[in-house]
Amino acid sequence: MSHTQSLNVDYNYTVVRLFALTTVLWGIVGMSVGVLIAAQLYWPALNFDTAWLTYSRLRPLHTNAVIFAFGTSALFATSYYVVQRTCQVRLYAEKLAMFTFIGWQAVIIAAAITLPMGISQSKEYAELEWPIDLLITVVWVSYAIVFFGTLIKRKTSHIYVANWFYGGFIITVAALHVVNSMVIPVSLTKSYSIYAGAVDAMVQWWYGHNAVGFLLTAGFLGMMYYFVPKQAGRPVYSYRLSVVHFWALIALYIWAGPHHLHYTALPDWTQSVGMVMSVILFVPSWGGMINGIMTLSGAWHKLKTDPILRFLIVSLSFYGMSTFEGPMMAIKSVNALSHYTDWTVGHVHSGALGWVAMVSIGALYHLIPAVFAQGRMYSTKLINTHFWLHTTGVVLYIVALWISGIMQGMMWRAVNTDGTLTYSFVQSLEASYPFYLMRFIGGCFVVAGMLVMAYNVIKTVRAKQGTLEPIAEAA
Amino acid sequence: MSSFWSAWIIVLTLACLVVCFVLLTWNLKNHVGVAENETTGHEFDGISEINNPLPKWWTIMFYATFAWSVYYFAAYPGLGNWKGLFGWTSSNQGVKSLAESKAAIEAQKAAGTPSQLDAEYIKAESTFAKEFAKYTSRPVEELAFDKDALKVGQRLFLQNCAQCHGSDARGQRGFPNLTDNDWLYGGTADKIVETLRHGRKAAMPAWGEALGDQGVKEMTAYVLSLSGRKVNDNDAAAGKAKFGMCAACHGMDGKGSLAHNLPFGAPNLTDSTWLYGGSAGSIEQTLRLGRNGQMPAFKDTLGEDKIHVIAAYVYRLSRPDEAK
Repeated sequence: MSHTQSLNVDYNYTVVRLFALTTVLWGIVGMSVGVLIAAQLYWPALNFDTAWLTYSRLRPLHTNAVIFAFGTSALFATSYYVVQRTCQVRLYAEKLAMFTFIGWQAVIIAAAITLPMGISQSKEYAELEWPIDLLITVVWVSYAIVFFGTLIKRKTSHIYVANWFYGGFIITVAALHVVNSMVIPVSLTKSYSIYAGAVDAMVQWWYGHNAVGFLLTAGFLGMMYYFVPKQAGRPVYSYRLSVVHFWALIALYIWAGPHHLHYTALPDWTQSVGMVMSVILFVPSWGGMINGIMTLSGAWHKLKTDPILRFLIVSLSFYGMSTFEGPMMAIKSVNALSHYTDWTVGHVHSGALGWVAMVSIGALYHLIPAVFAQGRMYSTKLINTHFWLHTTGVVLYIVALWISGIMQGMMWRAVNTDGTLTYSFVQSLEASYPFYLMRFIGGCFVVAGMLVMAYNVIKTVRAKQGTLEPIAEAA
Repeated sequence: MSSFWSAWIIVLTLACLVVCFVLLTWNLKNHVGVAENETTGHEFDGISEINNPLPKWWTIMFYATFAWSVYYFAAYPGLGNWKGLFGWTSSNQGVKSLAESKAAIEAQKAAGTPSQLDAEYIKAESTFAKEFAKYTSRPVEELAFDKDALKVGQRLFLQNCAQCHGSDARGQRGFPNLTDNDWLYGGTADKIVETLRHGRKAAMPAWGEALGDQGVKEMTAYVLSLSGRKVNDNDAAAGKAKFGMCAACHGMDGKGSLAHNLPFGAPNLTDSTWLYGGSAGSIEQTLRLGRNGQMPAFKDTLGEDKIHVIAAYVYRLSRPDEAK
């Protein structure tokens, strides 16, 4: 059921395969760097007094690696796969598609070299210097040409909902990247933003939050809309819901950035608009979760036997949780407690590890056998192992940072009877230590899961054709 | 903001909300062209879609957030120049100088609509001021032996001073140790209060050009010899011959400006306390490139009452066992 043959179209799987494999590779690299910097917070000596091993340089490397190397490679792989299969045509401009692979890997490698060297625009999630930004722009325009070219020559009369999300994500990320990366270069490795002061901050968080909204949400909703119904073997729950939540989501998300700048020099009106839109956004965000989870109605029993489906559905649960948490944290009075604490970091990771990583991993377990012409993954048991390692890791991680984040917020605002602060900053840091250890352990679980996945993927890819029979479907 | 930009913001914000509202309302009814609960008739790689209605609880939530947004935009600043029904502001935004800021605060106070920031300050002031005021009438020297005052002083110190001087007040490179009774500007109560109130600015000039490499080496030897360190005697003698240039601040005997009742903050070079390091390398660097020390002024941020209590805490730090 899950691998319906479609009209004998000869799809281009080469680029899909390459991106799928690099997704796993960069997932391991990016998450391992995350574990290292988590360890450094607990054992500071782990920077070995070496400039390029310090937290400040590895942290952007970690975020860039997981968002742009792992996450975006997963989006490339799945969007090229989904757009071909749901349009029933071979990829448009195949050489250009191959260029997007090579170009994107070049971006990743350039990032991996320059960030530890300390070359940075120091804008969060947009650290890469201008020559790399230019390369990103070229690759991204090529990506748009390939994707929309394929859509245009489609054989189906309508455009499938997954492609609306992928398309929305591709267009918006292009705009975000170009606008936020506008700089005046002074040398090959140094540039200055053309914006100044509060405007610069606002442009940065307009970019920053929409990197979350369009890359990490819309893009992955596109992924969800194909792989969930496909893996469940069920029709999408509500076409109408997908229409409403798609348009509402993209209309509202673009406004949400100012909630990163509450109680700053940003004008009050901007903060209010950002907060209101963020709160309304909660509802269309949940539209996607409802549509995904309800797609499973009539097939709930499959969760018992299919760990891939389990990845996909649990990812939607984390998606629902973090899209409730996010709007709540965008409310000024909640933000007054949560901002600058570990709660923010925990929130990001419930989205990144719970939603983005789990939906990608589920999608890859479905996609890899398909594009390598195998009946199934080498070991379903190992997928299940990965599922439990990952889930345990994510839960440990999020819970640790919920506790330490809320604790930090409470400690920072606690005052004595004389109005002085009860705790010094260092005391709040000391109190966070046990939770940093717990977070590190959670991260280890996640990376262990990724290693299990890598083994499973290698075994699947290298298996002799025809040896991995599809599992007979329980009715 | 000009009325054009104000209108621009209002139109775009409301348009976005109205579009979402219409989109939701339109889709409450079935316009898809197939019966509800049927598939739409399209299939994509084996995936079909059901024309299920929107979940009711979800649409109710959607309308609730719309209603709340209308309230919020009416009540608070958000829609361009609209100030909101409550006249709420987070702080005095748009002020361009301290004078403008002070004028804005006074104007708002007079109008009875202080910004949230100022309102919090006013509230804190009225709640906590008496806690500090009860100490102001007592001299610093006496307060330094009052347990409760010291507790308050320590908390203030940890929040305002520890960033540079350390939680234990023992300082760090470039920031004086406050526990050793070795003072740059004086350790009397008056002097400590003066330092806290107005801050201090210390400047050791750079002598690298004037002395040359050999001169720096010789002067380093002489400076080290002042505190009894073993050095090359010839170098030290050569350094001593030039020490006149240092004497203006450090005194001919090198005992520092305080010993000569001068206000420069030039350290005593004859003891073993070194603000920027006492190794030959550090001293050479100090001589060659100079040093700049800055203690910020806390008069405006903390106010007299808190400075008084902190002064007592600092006064006591270097006199742990001294009786009153």
